[in-house]
Amino acid sequence: MKSCSNLEKVLTAGAFAVTAELGPPTGTDLEVVNRKAELLRGAVDAVNVTDNQTAVVRMSSVAVSALLVRMGIEPVMQMVCRDRNRIAMQSDILGASALGVRNLTCLSGDHQDFGNQKGAKKVYDIDSTQLLVMVKRMRDERKLLGSDEDFAGNLPMYIGAAANPFAKPYEFRALQLGKKIEAGADYVQTQCIFDVPMFAAFMKSVRELGLHTKCRILAGVTPLKSAGMGRYMAENVPGILIPKEILDRMGSAPKGKGAETGLAICVEIIEQLRQIEGVAGIHIMAIEWEQKVRQIVEAAKLLPRPVV
Amino acid sequence: MVKATRKPLAEIFGVVKGFPRVLVVGCGGCTSVCLAGGQRETIEMADDLKHLARGEHSASQYEVITTERQCNPEHLAEIADLAENADCLLSMACGAGAGLLADAYPKLPVFPALDTLFVGVDVDVGLYEERCRTCGECRLGDTGGICPVTRCSKGSVNGPCGGTRADGTCELGAGRHCAWHDIYDRLKGQNRLANMLIIRPAMEWVDKGPRTLAQRGYEQRYAQPAVEAARK
Repeated sequence: MKSCSNLEKVLTAGAFAVTAELGPPTGTDLEVVNRKAELLRGAVDAVNVTDNQTAVVRMSSVAVSALLVRMGIEPVMQMVCRDRNRIAMQSDILGASALGVRNLTCLSGDHQDFGNQKGAKKVYDIDSTQLLVMVKRMRDERKLLGSDEDFAGNLPMYIGAAANPFAKPYEFRALQLGKKIEAGADYVQTQCIFDVPMFAAFMKSVRELGLHTKCRILAGVTPLKSAGMGRYMAENVPGILIPKEILDRMGSAPKGKGAETGLAICVEIIEQLRQIEGVAGIHIMAIEWEQKVRQIVEAAKLLPRPVV
Repeated sequence: MVKATRKPLAEIFGVVKGFPRVLVVGCGGCTSVCLAGGQRETIEMADDLKHLARGEHSASQYEVITTERQCNPEHLAEIADLAENADCLLSMACGAGAGLLADAYPKLPVFPALDTLFVGVDVDVGLYEERCRTCGECRLGDTGGICPVTRCSKGSVNGPCGGTRADGTCELGAGRHCAWHDIYDRLKGQNRLANMLIIRPAMEWVDKGPRTLAQRGYEQRYAQPAVEAARK
């Protein structure tokens, strides 16, 4: 065991894992964190805490992860390379570990141009692959980047990365996953999947490279709330592909039944993903819709969550 | 070369209009090449300022001189006579040139007329593209000549992020190419894709204060004490 996190234990036990995303509040209202966390308690194995997603300033992922630890809910802390240099990142990783964080997903981060701080100076001192290398070194060798001196104490951390099979160049994405595994990824959480055949083709490449045996792959899903949300994501969110059949099905849903249809599609996608060899779990990104996660997990027959 | 563009005229006029004698100093180097601060633009700038001054019934005078290059002290020394009769200098050079002009005439206020943008190439007449961030650790040989530090909007040196669009453009849109999509295509064409699988370590950013370069062959001449002496 690298971290003894619940997520690691569930995956190591061979159970089909479930994680979900929790977006921290844009202010200091802890009620938001409590409410969202309670919605997810017991429904998932660990909760991803996003790091200023879409470059909108939110309560820090370190702080919200620590709040979850206090509540007895396991966080997967997300860390992006956009806002901090290697000094701040390593410092926050040490701090997060001290506060009980045991899972860390390493990401590039959405560009600041998408958010509410467009004039910010981007950092990107290191990239997401280098972040994986850095955390792995901290965990396995107890050394900081560029230093041969050991630091005192352990850093039990389950290290994750992201993968997006739906962004060009498509044929490079499995190879890139291999690179991230070599860099240190124990698990990977993918971009949300709507095009299952395309994801299956990606997984075929992944299996041919033997990557599914070296890294646990959690397939990402997002329930659509409405036909409008589907169209918006398909047209405006880079790196997301939504097949026409899904958009049509959302579009032809009777008035007031859009959300229901979106949830049904999400559950169907999960069932299809479970059949793909090498998929070790799912990662539910229900955007500001945390109240539906338990329902999705239940409908996908993934409740109760294993106790390991 | 360095690419720059003119600040809004109203902003420039706002800072120089209180001075009776303004010397507009053009540059024959990079800002001339990118059509922002050469002789033609410098004359145009003075004409524009004179026009605005007339509108405000100001008696300010605008003289013009274009140096060969403002990033060289010898060329700056050549304008000493004109500078002596000016109350402020308006530089049409890049930030480096404007700064050196200020060093050369420390008693005079120096204002930049341009915003310096990047080190780039000419795509066409009047159209420029950033190609180098002067990071001090050139890896172009690994990436098929396409700089990820400069051309990837996240400066990733280990491959694309998840935001590449279906048409091969960056998540930021506006037709920007995804650098890694282009690198992939080029390396594939050269049968060198294996380059993209190598984990590149964290960059050693050269970000330790202003940099100095003593060119190969000149190291001895500019050993540290000599540089100090030259500065004095």
